[in-house]
Amino acid sequence: MSQTADSVVDQIEHDHSHHGPRKGPLRWLLTVNHKDVGTMYLVLALVALLVGGVMALVIRAELFQPGLQLTQPQFFNSLTTMHGLTMIFLAIMPGLTGLANWMVPLQVGADDMYWPRVNNWAFWMLPPAALLLWWGFFMPQGAPGGGWTMYAPLSSTYAPPSIDYVIMAIHIMGISSILGALNIILTILKMRAKGMKLWDMPLFTWTWLITGFLLLLAMPTLAIAVTMLLTDRHLGTNFFEAAAGGDPVLFQHIFWFFGHPEVYIMILPAFGVVSEIVPAFSRKPLFGRTSMIWAVIAITFLSAIVWAHHMFTVGLPVEAQVLFMYTTMLIAIPTGIKIFNWVATMWRGSMTFEAPMLWALAFIFLFTIGGFSGLMLADVPADYQYHDTYFVVAHLHYVVVTGSLFAIIAGVYYWLPKWTGHMYNERLSQWHFWLSVISVNVTFFPMHFAGLAGMPRRIPDYPMQFMDFNMISTVGAFVFGFSQLLFIWLIIQTIRGGKEAGDRPWDGAKGLEWTLSSPPPYHTFTEPPSPQTVHNEGPHGYH
Amino acid sequence: MWKRLILALMTLPTAVGAAAQEEPSALNMTRGVTEISRDAYDMHMLLFWICVAIGVGVFGVMTWSLIRHRRSRGAKAAKFSENTVVEVVWTVIPVLILVGVAVPATAILLKTNGESPDPEVVVDVHGSQWKWEYVYPDEEISFFSNLSSTSRDASQLDAKESPANAPNYLLDVDNPLVVPAGKDVRLRITSDDVIHAWWVPQLGFKKDAVPGQFNNIDIRIDEPGTYRGQCAELCGSGHAYMPVVVEAVKPAAYTEWVAQKKKAAAQEAEKASAPYSREVAMSQGKKIYESACASCHQTNGQGIEGTFPALEGGKITTGPVEGHLKIVIHGSEKNPVMQAYGDQLSDREIAAVITYERNAWSNDTGDLVTPQAVEAAR
Repeated sequence: MSQTADSVVDQIEHDHSHHGPRKGPLRWLLTVNHKDVGTMYLVLALVALLVGGVMALVIRAELFQPGLQLTQPQFFNSLTTMHGLTMIFLAIMPGLTGLANWMVPLQVGADDMYWPRVNNWAFWMLPPAALLLWWGFFMPQGAPGGGWTMYAPLSSTYAPPSIDYVIMAIHIMGISSILGALNIILTILKMRAKGMKLWDMPLFTWTWLITGFLLLLAMPTLAIAVTMLLTDRHLGTNFFEAAAGGDPVLFQHIFWFFGHPEVYIMILPAFGVVSEIVPAFSRKPLFGRTSMIWAVIAITFLSAIVWAHHMFTVGLPVEAQVLFMYTTMLIAIPTGIKIFNWVATMWRGSMTFEAPMLWALAFIFLFTIGGFSGLMLADVPADYQYHDTYFVVAHLHYVVVTGSLFAIIAGVYYWLPKWTGHMYNERLSQWHFWLSVISVNVTFFPMHFAGLAGMPRRIPDYPMQFMDFNMISTVGAFVFGFSQLLFIWLIIQTIRGGKEAGDRPWDGAKGLEWTLSSPPPYHTFTEPPSPQTVHNEGPHGYH
Repeated sequence: MWKRLILALMTLPTAVGAAAQEEPSALNMTRGVTEISRDAYDMHMLLFWICVAIGVGVFGVMTWSLIRHRRSRGAKAAKFSENTVVEVVWTVIPVLILVGVAVPATAILLKTNGESPDPEVVVDVHGSQWKWEYVYPDEEISFFSNLSSTSRDASQLDAKESPANAPNYLLDVDNPLVVPAGKDVRLRITSDDVIHAWWVPQLGFKKDAVPGQFNNIDIRIDEPGTYRGQCAELCGSGHAYMPVVVEAVKPAAYTEWVAQKKKAAAQEAEKASAPYSREVAMSQGKKIYESACASCHQTNGQGIEGTFPALEGGKITTGPVEGHLKIVIHGSEKNPVMQAYGDQLSDREIAAVITYERNAWSNDTGDLVTPQAVEAAR
């Protein structure tokens, strides 16, 4: 695809739509407008968050007390498996991609994404993939129960037929991610406004540029892993079948070579969102902008060479364990730099605490707690005890829920006035925030204790001694789940009306997106922003 | 229920004090009874306090900013956006801390993975859906370790018995692993089907049981006692029902236990060669059923709806014998979880267990399946 072809596409769009969206129900199916596509990604993410959330609540209800009350063990395992896959591939990743679709062109001063039609395709692959993924629940032997990690041979030899559907769904979601990543990378590299150097780009755009490359590394690796599962199941290969000379541990190596970068795919754009919000509400430029970017680059490189820390108990040679322990611990350094820089940005600022800032602050506090447990998990002798317990469940939810998800929510509050032209209800948003932040800790903090006391993860029933912590977690989970209904109500309210937002609702916010009207015109930057505007909104125009 | 929850919330602070006791703590990692477990505990506490110290520093500065540098207090934003000295300092300090942690961690890691030159006892630990098999190659002893029947009964959906009344609910087995305390023991851990993980927190490590691979662990348990744990790797629907129980006994008691086990095995062998009759088949079959079949089909033959078919009144156990023989010997094509027992059990054992299944509970087929019939069906 070349520039010329794109401008032809653009030309056709212009002729037909006259600077407005297509009329009628086909608008959303056929749209190639980055804002429409971004909106669809965000809606999908919200739907998946609800579906995956309901699964989580059934899991927590079952775990409220010892004994089985609601589910059979196999169904419970299906729920944990599908909860993980749904949240990662259909809630968090599309949520972040939705933010990118909306904001990257606006932040770099482009009129749309580099490949608008590919953008439409990348999105529309996801709903069928979601249906394939969830269809397993309606199949005779149920959805797969081998965990989102799908370790062989439980997910090859011993899996129900629905695993094939899940593998297909993963392939489709992977292709979608790769196309989305390419599109974002090209938009950033080829369509930046005149005068915007790479180092001048907003942090959110920066983190997405790097995430794009990480996606190109990780998603094909996942495709390889699940394809091998598929051929083992149907074509008579024996990659993971020990009795025929294969090795189940091979699957884990390939899977985690994808799986570890994947957790950074979910967190780097979140770093970007927080790096936009903290300066805006501190009314101070981001501290250590250059080291922030280098830290993200360093984390990206390290993320590709630490995969085996998920496998400290499979019987790796001790030398390998030492090596992977060291590289994993190194990640604490760039991550620490980011956290120190955010704190330094707030230091001697002039802070206010509207909803986006509250969520960003909660992110910094709670993600740091997740970082601490991550540092502890990196330490192999202690990990022999932590591994596969609720301590890990606590850790991963502190980084994914109070990390990635909180940053997405922060981003939605931050940019919602820009998207809709209306202010959200600040009072209700405060309720949403405090209910969520308290209940999320009630849910996940006790899991540290349950794990240290010896509760394995992924069990539908547990010994009596773990009862107290599980009861507390379950109560927290229900409050957290239902609090999100407030969020949905708030968004609907804001779309339908409310106080006019104005072009720049946050006085400390910088960036090209705030030079546009709220909501921005359907086709933005058909006239590229002037080099003067680019300079004023960039890091050098801050003072 | 709610009373219990409120009580739990209220007693949280006092539970911290329990850490000093023998029993595993409710709030923290257990200190355990081996050198490995104590090293892991010390490492854990070191890391914990480092995290607390860093947390107090970072969150302290942050909270100070939140309180003092807010616009509502009239704070004016400063203009600075970098400070090379500060940035270098907060890169170097974490590096030093990490080196400080990595040195002891490496030392412990090397020690934990070291092998004893001459272990006193060797046990092969086989993970299997969903039970453990313990094989003592030198003593020629082997047995299965299954979830105790009281736990199994209380763990059913709509169970009549409450888990609270089952002693050591989900942490109790029929045959625990027995090892001598104070001696070097080598465990060679592997699996017969999927990946499991053998874990007893008080012994201080977990190791995956991987098909086609032996993972060795050398331990020495200081104190005689009973130590409990669970499988720690998702291994299918019975994952929560695979406890690990280790009994460490004084060396003299261990020798006695070995002798007893051998004698019992000899008696079993004798019984197995006794003339095959209905009574013999039923009592032998019951034993085999409980160690090989009950973890899926349940002691009461009810199975688990939607996952494991009921054997009481089921098509296989009350229909033609040929079908029953086929599925036990060759396994199920439709459901790989139903293993082929043809290689694991002898003709006589298969005959006995099938006879038992066809006559136990309310299945009164009156069939007596003979070893000859099994041989013919192979």
